[in-house]
Amino acid sequence: MVRKDSIRRQESRRGALMAAPMACFAVLLVALPLIYVLCTSLVSGGKFTFSSAFTLDAYRALLREDYLRVFANSLQLAFFTTVISLVVGYPFGYCMARAGRRWKALLMMLVIIPFWTSALVRIFGWKILLQANGPINGVLRALGLIDQNIRFLGSYGSVLLAMVYCLISFMILPCYNAVDKMDFTLVEAARDLGSKPWRAFLTVTLPLTMPGILAGCVLVFVPSVGLFYLSDIMGGGLVLVGNLIRDQLLKVRDWNVGSAMSMVLIVLSAGIYLLYRKAGGDNLGVF
Amino acid sequence: MAAGKRKKRKVFSPIYLTLVLIVLYLPILMVVLYSFNAGRTIGSWQGFTTDWYARLFANALMADALKNSLLLAVISSALAGGIGTLGAIGLSKTHMKLGGAVETLATLPMMIPELVLGMAYLAVFTGIGIQLGMGALVLTHTTFCIPYVFINVKSRLVGMDPAVEEAARDLGASPMRVMRDITLPLIAPAVVSGMMLSAAMSLDDVVISFFVTSAETTTLPLKVYTGLRSGGTPEINALSTLMLGAIFLCVALSQLFAARSQKKMNSAR
Repeated sequence: MVRKDSIRRQESRRGALMAAPMACFAVLLVALPLIYVLCTSLVSGGKFTFSSAFTLDAYRALLREDYLRVFANSLQLAFFTTVISLVVGYPFGYCMARAGRRWKALLMMLVIIPFWTSALVRIFGWKILLQANGPINGVLRALGLIDQNIRFLGSYGSVLLAMVYCLISFMILPCYNAVDKMDFTLVEAARDLGSKPWRAFLTVTLPLTMPGILAGCVLVFVPSVGLFYLSDIMGGGLVLVGNLIRDQLLKVRDWNVGSAMSMVLIVLSAGIYLLYRKAGGDNLGVF
Repeated sequence: MAAGKRKKRKVFSPIYLTLVLIVLYLPILMVVLYSFNAGRTIGSWQGFTTDWYARLFANALMADALKNSLLLAVISSALAGGIGTLGAIGLSKTHMKLGGAVETLATLPMMIPELVLGMAYLAVFTGIGIQLGMGALVLTHTTFCIPYVFINVKSRLVGMDPAVEEAARDLGASPMRVMRDITLPLIAPAVVSGMMLSAAMSLDDVVISFFVTSAETTTLPLKVYTGLRSGGTPEINALSTLMLGAIFLCVALSQLFAARSQKKMNSAR
């Protein structure tokens, strides 16, 4: 017994040693920078130094109406992105999981390849497709559906499309995993007991795959709040929190307000994650 | 009746899958197609040419960006692979109380918007005088890649039967031996898939790179980003197409590898 105890302690020490590099990264490159941002958001007149006095000025500056509107816009866009990703991505993950073994492997690869491909490159493709004299307008004109080219680029819809397009893999993969892991004999049992297909889906499949759905929603929502470059690239004047923070840093050079905005984003993301964990969500592994 | 329903799903499912996949791939196809467009802007189709590739290869700046990006992806995913795997194994063994805190912190980059991290790095690096550029890129990319490896490996470890390791220990294998012969082969697919994901994230990253890079070091996504903001040129198309080719090759290879390791596991069982 004593021997076993000492082995366990030794093993524990060895484990701690193995985890040490990761702990270093976690402290030096995650905790420290974030604490620095927190401190900078709480002072005024530039970045945090040990001599600066704490104040809430930067947060007070956030309460301007136009800033609040930008925050609301970003949240709204993130919400729509998540909903559309779910509506399109869940059935895809479901169909994928129900496909034959060989098909599954192929489909998995087909989903992962775009996931691997630079989001920028793919958005560039949409830009080509949607431009005024581009293929989509061409097809619509050839079909006689429109007389004049539609200006897609720069519209709210085009930014939304780009967001969904960039993030939908994060929805498909957890949904696929959840459906794939599910025991389908339960659905069959429900069917045998006389329940209609959609009823079996709502009462059996949906609750059982809820962890995947929740994981997908978090994985889509959180990054979509921070993606600032899609709106830039698709054109149009949609200003998101991301654009605002970037401009605070690089144009206005107001580190304090920029930091305060970042803190709001962090609290928001952390809040969503905590809610998710509270709802019984697992750690977010994509594969 | 039931057979009819099943048939309906059999028809719906392939159609839906195909439709979504078409939408998923159409833009990628466009990028490839338009890299052969003779027009000077990305505008309408004006005939076939391979000029843009010739011009691309003659452009030293582009070659530099490509080199930087690949180097960065390889180094940071390798580092993240090592650190994340060790971290996951280590934390699964240790009983120290700080373990949970380390896990939360290490996986935090996945949970908070990249933009926040990017600005935090810029603030800290300029504050304490770390030079922006390749070194800063490697550090930051490794940091946001670690969670992908860590979480993959951890979930694999959780699913593993601890009796296998214990049996090896009871039969007299040293901890190193158990690690080499039992643990590592079992988690290898998770490590590889985590590293694949890391490389993809690194190759794709605009936001964090945007903040921590220097004027001299540019990466491919940054090049594409600046090119796109100013409307996009066929040269960027050609560049993207080459990148696509490289990625396709990588995925095919990694899938092959994953299938092989899966087979190995099945036969070992």
